[in-house]
Amino acid sequence: MIGREKLERVLGIMRKEFRQVFRDERMSRLMFISPVIQLLVFGYAVSTDVRNVSLFVVDHNRTAESRALVDAMTSGGYFRVVERSDRSDDLLQALDRGRATMGIEIPPDYSRKLGDGDARVQLLVDGTNSNVATVALGYAEQIVQQHGLSTLAEPPPLPVDLRERAWFNPDLQSRNYNVPGVVATIMLMITMMLTALSVVRERELGTLEQLMVSPMTPGELIAGKTLPFAIIALFDMVVITVIALLWFHIPFLGQAPLLLLGAVLFLLSSLGLGLLISTISNTQQEAFLTTFLMIMPTMMLSGFMFPVTSMPKVFQWLTLVNPLRHYLEIVRAVFLKGAGFDALWRQFTMLFVMGSAVLWFAGTRFHKTVR
Amino acid sequence: MAAISRTRLLAVARKELVQLRRDPRSLILAFLLPVFLLVMFGYAITWDVRDIAMVVVDQDHTAKSRELVQAFAASGYFHLIGYLPSASDVPPRFDRNQARLGLVIPPGFERELQRGQGAPLQALVDGADANTATIALAYAHATVQSWAQRAIPKAAAFQPPLIAESRVWYNEELVSRNMIVPGLVATIMMIISAMLTALTIAREWERGTMEQLAATPVSRLEVVLGKLLPYLVIGLVDVTLTAVLGVVIFGVPFRGSVPLLAGLSFLFLVGALGLGIFISAAAKSQLLATQLALFATYLPAFLLSGFMFALEVMPPPLRALSLLVPARYFLVVIRGIFLKGVGLDVLWSQALLMVAFAILGMALAVRMFHKELE
Repeated sequence: MIGREKLERVLGIMRKEFRQVFRDERMSRLMFISPVIQLLVFGYAVSTDVRNVSLFVVDHNRTAESRALVDAMTSGGYFRVVERSDRSDDLLQALDRGRATMGIEIPPDYSRKLGDGDARVQLLVDGTNSNVATVALGYAEQIVQQHGLSTLAEPPPLPVDLRERAWFNPDLQSRNYNVPGVVATIMLMITMMLTALSVVRERELGTLEQLMVSPMTPGELIAGKTLPFAIIALFDMVVITVIALLWFHIPFLGQAPLLLLGAVLFLLSSLGLGLLISTISNTQQEAFLTTFLMIMPTMMLSGFMFPVTSMPKVFQWLTLVNPLRHYLEIVRAVFLKGAGFDALWRQFTMLFVMGSAVLWFAGTRFHKTVR
Repeated sequence: MAAISRTRLLAVARKELVQLRRDPRSLILAFLLPVFLLVMFGYAITWDVRDIAMVVVDQDHTAKSRELVQAFAASGYFHLIGYLPSASDVPPRFDRNQARLGLVIPPGFERELQRGQGAPLQALVDGADANTATIALAYAHATVQSWAQRAIPKAAAFQPPLIAESRVWYNEELVSRNMIVPGLVATIMMIISAMLTALTIAREWERGTMEQLAATPVSRLEVVLGKLLPYLVIGLVDVTLTAVLGVVIFGVPFRGSVPLLAGLSFLFLVGALGLGIFISAAAKSQLLATQLALFATYLPAFLLSGFMFALEVMPPPLRALSLLVPARYFLVVIRGIFLKGVGLDVLWSQALLMVAFAILGMALAVRMFHKELE
């Protein structure tokens, strides 16, 4: 009987919480619009794929041969010609002004030298955006080299033939990596923010004391306060996954239950952190700012956008205590690699251990602050 | 409108400073966050790919195959973690994130190499992280090529008919830090202006002190300017700190003119602060103001300004949207001055936009403030 009463009390506070959330327009916006915005941004804006790089052509040669080289540059979709000129100075000006990222300069004797098998062209790249520059330069050098070999009557002696094969993401689209990541970051933001704000709002309004004098135990209060947001977060996860699959055509090779298990374990940490923030904030405004200040390093040191393996060792160790890192690994492995529990048990264990610890700590603190 | 009195202006500014000093979270935003971002981007997080974990499947077991593996290990880009018996053992390593690249050297590699008909080699890559994978493959190609040039006499004798001579401008080593750290100057300004000033006016409304402020002989313009002043100073201090640390500690090149950077930063800061005060006056609640500021200024400055993600490769609708983000233009200014060393002759259009932005920001702030008071 006691168990049943307990359940009813928890359900009661959950019902109240749901009603409050859906009545508050701002909260609803946060829950439903921000996932969509993030999906759009990370599906479309945050692309590290290098395509359509602006190319400035200085062709001093102006022959069929030089035009063939320019065509070879643009035919793959990696480069598009934005301007042409016959003066080298114009190219430098265009780089200075950011009108072009890449420049190719074809010398006057290009076609004759190419006939002799000893031609050279100059590639200039604006290195300001190092990422784009690295990839674009790689493409350009390869295109030029291939084009040179294709002009030979008989194919050259090719010493080594390196064939590449990309697993999990054959077209190497960064979207396939970024969009599943949004599942994890949205869940983190929603649960931390909503939990922190909802508890602090009760404190601001003075209704937290009322709840405390009700027959509810602190454990029940915590469960009632956090479970609604867990449900909302799981709902968001399903929505994002469906959009990812149907709209962005992200592959999903793994098992859905594994994703769900990871989500539940991850929620232990994120709800715990939200609760923790609520215990150190007096106003909703403070809670919002604190959440923001915590989310930033959590995202940066998670591998969401910046690979963990490129960090200095100290920071790599630091990421081990970041629940987002482990959850991201699970989400991406389940989506793209179809990995099973045998490959991911470490991440699951870490999430469980960290989640329990954070939730326990936050629970004790919460207990104290309401007393 | 009454003339602006310096005493009254400074009094408002002093009051704002006292309030700021008592708010630890704002202080963290103002001083710790810039340092944190600088350390993060200057030191910890980067897109530069190094130490790619690789496994080798050597089925040839000859001097040449060992030489090739040696070349990979010595290239500085790859970190050899072990050997596997067959190619099918590689993908499970990808599953566990233990390796990112697998080099498969099939039997007969050395023999084929001597025949000069293109000895087959296979590079398997974990493509999940497309960006890292692309770069890893490019490094693998380069490593194989340069090794083949040295190791095989026939290849060394062959003259390719066309050679590309590449030259990188402005960021010769292609270090992502050089791209990000100058950009941080803009981002930090957005944080200071949007997140911090968003609080100032809303706080007065929430605490009911706005009426008191309105009842004093301080004019509205004086209130706006007085509230702006401390943040302007904090902003300029932060920017100086970021730029100096970036150059001194992280070795980011600075090739342009300091006064030009200072002048344009000042204009941008005034515009952004005006925008923050506008949001604050419109929202009237600190919570709403912070949320609005975050979504309206801070996120676009991070994502749609070209700070980290090149606008050039975005789809056209998003590129069009980015035209509305002031930070986008300011970023051109900052990178131009830091890395390219260009002056007003190149940046004049951006400079004009900064002036327009400053005027617009101030006009919006004063107007919204007036309207809300009446």
